[in-house]
Amino acid sequence: MSLGSESYQLLSKIATNDQHGENSPYFDGWKAYEKNPFHPRKNPQGVIQMGLAENQLCFDLIEEWIKNNPKASICTPEGVCKFRDIANFQDYHGLPEFTSAMAKFMSKVRGGRVRFDPNRILMSGGATGANELIMFCLADPGDAFLVPTPYYPGFVRDLCWRTKVQLIPVHCDSSNNFKITREALEVAYKKAQENNINVKGLIITNPSNPLGTTLDKETLKSLITFINEKTIHLVCDEIYAATVFTSPSYVSVSEVVQEMKCNLDLIHVIYSLSKDLGFPGFRVGIVYSYNDQVVNCGRKMSSFGLVSSQTQYMLASMLSDEKFVDKFLLESSRRLLKRHDKFTKGLEEVEISRFPSNAGLFCWMNLKKLLKEETIEEELKLWHVIINEVKLNVSPGSSFNCSEVGWFRVCFANIDDETVEIALQRIRAFVGKETKKKIEVKRWQPNLSLSFTSTRFDENVLSPHNHIIISPHSPLVRAT
Amino acid sequence: MKLLSTKATCNSHGQDSSYFLGWEEYEKNPYDNVHNPKGIIQMGLAENQLSFDLLESWLAKNPDASGFKRDGKSIFRELALFQDYHGMPAFKQALVDFMAEIRGNKVTFDPNHIVLTAGSTSANETLMFCLAEKGEAFLLPTPYYPGFDRDLKWRTGVEIVPIHCTSSNNFQVTEQALQQAYQEAQKRNLKVKGVMVTNPSNPLGTTMSRSELNLLVDFIKENKDMHLISDEIYSGTVFSSPNFISVMEILKDRNDFNNSKDADNIFERVHVVYSLSKDLGLPGFRVGAIYSENDTVVAAATKMSSFGLISSQTQYLLSAMLGDKKFTKNYLAENLKRLKKRQNKLVSGLQKAGISCLESNAGLFCWVDMRHLLHSNTFEAEMELWKKIVYQVGLNISPGSSCHCTEPGWFRVCFANMSEETLKLAMKRLKAFVVESTGNVNGVTTKSTKRNLLTKWVFRLSSRDQRDQQEER
Repeated sequence: MSLGSESYQLLSKIATNDQHGENSPYFDGWKAYEKNPFHPRKNPQGVIQMGLAENQLCFDLIEEWIKNNPKASICTPEGVCKFRDIANFQDYHGLPEFTSAMAKFMSKVRGGRVRFDPNRILMSGGATGANELIMFCLADPGDAFLVPTPYYPGFVRDLCWRTKVQLIPVHCDSSNNFKITREALEVAYKKAQENNINVKGLIITNPSNPLGTTLDKETLKSLITFINEKTIHLVCDEIYAATVFTSPSYVSVSEVVQEMKCNLDLIHVIYSLSKDLGFPGFRVGIVYSYNDQVVNCGRKMSSFGLVSSQTQYMLASMLSDEKFVDKFLLESSRRLLKRHDKFTKGLEEVEISRFPSNAGLFCWMNLKKLLKEETIEEELKLWHVIINEVKLNVSPGSSFNCSEVGWFRVCFANIDDETVEIALQRIRAFVGKETKKKIEVKRWQPNLSLSFTSTRFDENVLSPHNHIIISPHSPLVRAT
Repeated sequence: MKLLSTKATCNSHGQDSSYFLGWEEYEKNPYDNVHNPKGIIQMGLAENQLSFDLLESWLAKNPDASGFKRDGKSIFRELALFQDYHGMPAFKQALVDFMAEIRGNKVTFDPNHIVLTAGSTSANETLMFCLAEKGEAFLLPTPYYPGFDRDLKWRTGVEIVPIHCTSSNNFQVTEQALQQAYQEAQKRNLKVKGVMVTNPSNPLGTTMSRSELNLLVDFIKENKDMHLISDEIYSGTVFSSPNFISVMEILKDRNDFNNSKDADNIFERVHVVYSLSKDLGLPGFRVGAIYSENDTVVAAATKMSSFGLISSQTQYLLSAMLGDKKFTKNYLAENLKRLKKRQNKLVSGLQKAGISCLESNAGLFCWVDMRHLLHSNTFEAEMELWKKIVYQVGLNISPGSSCHCTEPGWFRVCFANMSEETLKLAMKRLKAFVVESTGNVNGVTTKSTKRNLLTKWVFRLSSRDQRDQQEER
């Protein structure tokens, strides 16, 4: 088949450019994992996936709830009487019981210090869809949003790809604990102005991905002051709000705006259940805006990514079970803390420093001292060694646009305890130091049966007809 | 500096159209046979509520799929974590099998060429993002689904140029109309990236003929940078002849017939959109799909589907349901039987009110001819009549102007989203209204009404012959 000369453009630029971000070299880690995925029995020498910010620590609690609440499903005998109404329900206002349960849940996560209005809740296809939607509402093609570094790599696709908005980095570094300073904001803003770029807002992730830290009230106040002065928007991605496992306690932007003078039309919150509850598969994204016009317009746009009514119905039931929610949030925090401590202790023992964190599903590790030179090339070289020799898929700081080299994000909540041990063993071996303290190192024995339900690794689980469901993933396939 | 984006403050979401305003009125005063018997009956919603019992009985027999289980074991965790934009392989396989079954297995679909999206709303928008730049255009035959103004144009910046179809030939697409639309686009300095059709048609309720489909394929064959999108969302609602012919069948036949390689890469420029919202009556579950043989389109659309993936819980349930071939065979047949029966009830109810409609063989609605009830052959008169029907008669129906019809007086009336009793009541109300406004219905009719009716009858007979001929291979 010959197309002759490409004098015409068959497809759009969006479809054929690489602004989706998936051609970046950072996907080598995923490729390595996909080619050689770790499995406790079948492939104990494989690559351990530590590049995936998933929360797998509390499924047992959810499963128990589901077992005890068959009415929450519209498919069980107990719940099927609701099937037709729910299957038919496509109103973009969402199921009232869903939006009100969501509002209550979001409030609980913030310790009840804020009340959310269910009528301001907009649904979207995960936080991925929510972030794109808010850009479509706030910015025109060519406009820009300021974003503090380091930031989630998926923002390039979510905020820029189809919206044609640009991102302007606000540089933060470890000299002051990656604080978002007024100075850094002003520098970025000024640079945009000098280049005739129209800045429409600032987007922050709080708690931060990849830092794993929450913003203090003072910083939040200064950010709000900044955006008010410039009359630009503040979008707060609070997707990790319920992963705060230790002090300082979480302060949401929605709390701070209650305490200070602020043009509320500029304030918008992005949320999702993918991290806090561990439900990325259910695609529950939320845009919460204090701006009526944005709510109005955003609601119409949410048609492009509504949450399945089946899922809305189930979650409405689950999230309005206050007793369950209270118990879950407490237990989830406790387990995250435990897992965090276990992992970071292991790092300490081999003198790997990390950024002290109080939230998130990952650790921001500092491997600067292992670099030959402080350059991105050396960081990437070290990264390839970690993937190919140490056999851990971690994420290099440069993929997060970090202004300093040597940082790596390593996830710890998407694997079980045994795998954490193995990962730490490998790290120890790599760093080449003997531990002086007495540590029980569980040696992996092929016949050892695992104490957790290893259905995760069973390839045939998801298909009713024995087809393999879980296919190899590439990074942006899962919005990590 | 303005605070919000242009998209947020413009009207391109299309929601100021009468199509949506009618819904708003309904919501303010919805009919309920017990609590609000004088309320507005919703006949503007193309939903299929006739076959839920079949789905419910399947659920009762399949507890595993219903309860996050496989072989009695919980797979909740795996489902909760599954966010792969390639979609669940078992679901995609079941979906393509279902699509093939609807087409009498005359065509098959490759699951690797399917992209899953949150409803066809998302599928259509995604295709626009993939195929056209802002300011480029797609040609669409009128009348068309009002939601296209939002789905195709709003955030993408793509334009729609209408291909004007008229009642003179039952609103079929003609070569002339197609060329005229193309000229119109040229005049407006719009680069045409292709044609988009809905087949079976919304709002007409008719399937496209083989000659129409061939006309469209010829058109894009001539213009090598154009695409043809066929939204086949109603393909499972074809309840009487002529049989549904998918554009994929046309391509296959042409390819076989020509016995030559696809020198014009036609296969890479034809894309099908599907959804389970109409055939299965599951609009709440947000299940849409794009089918394309163009690898680049599939790759790009797959990445874009991140913005609206189908909930894994829903994919799992439906992979089990659609994978049950015994169930799908029975469902499709029974559903069509019920749709046919219900459509007949609407048509005869309308006839009793002296109202005719376009002869239809598909869809969840009829394209109703109320031109004889207009004071004048204008859209103002159509709006006037529409308001009377909404407020006085208490029926929310969709005026043709909201579907961009070029002729005033046509209305889309849905029949599958209510009970039989409600439909009866709606027809009763309509008849009473017609009697009141025209003075009579079946008794003594005025000369012009008689002539009108006779002309239409004769016309329908002759055009039916034409269509029958066209259907012969």
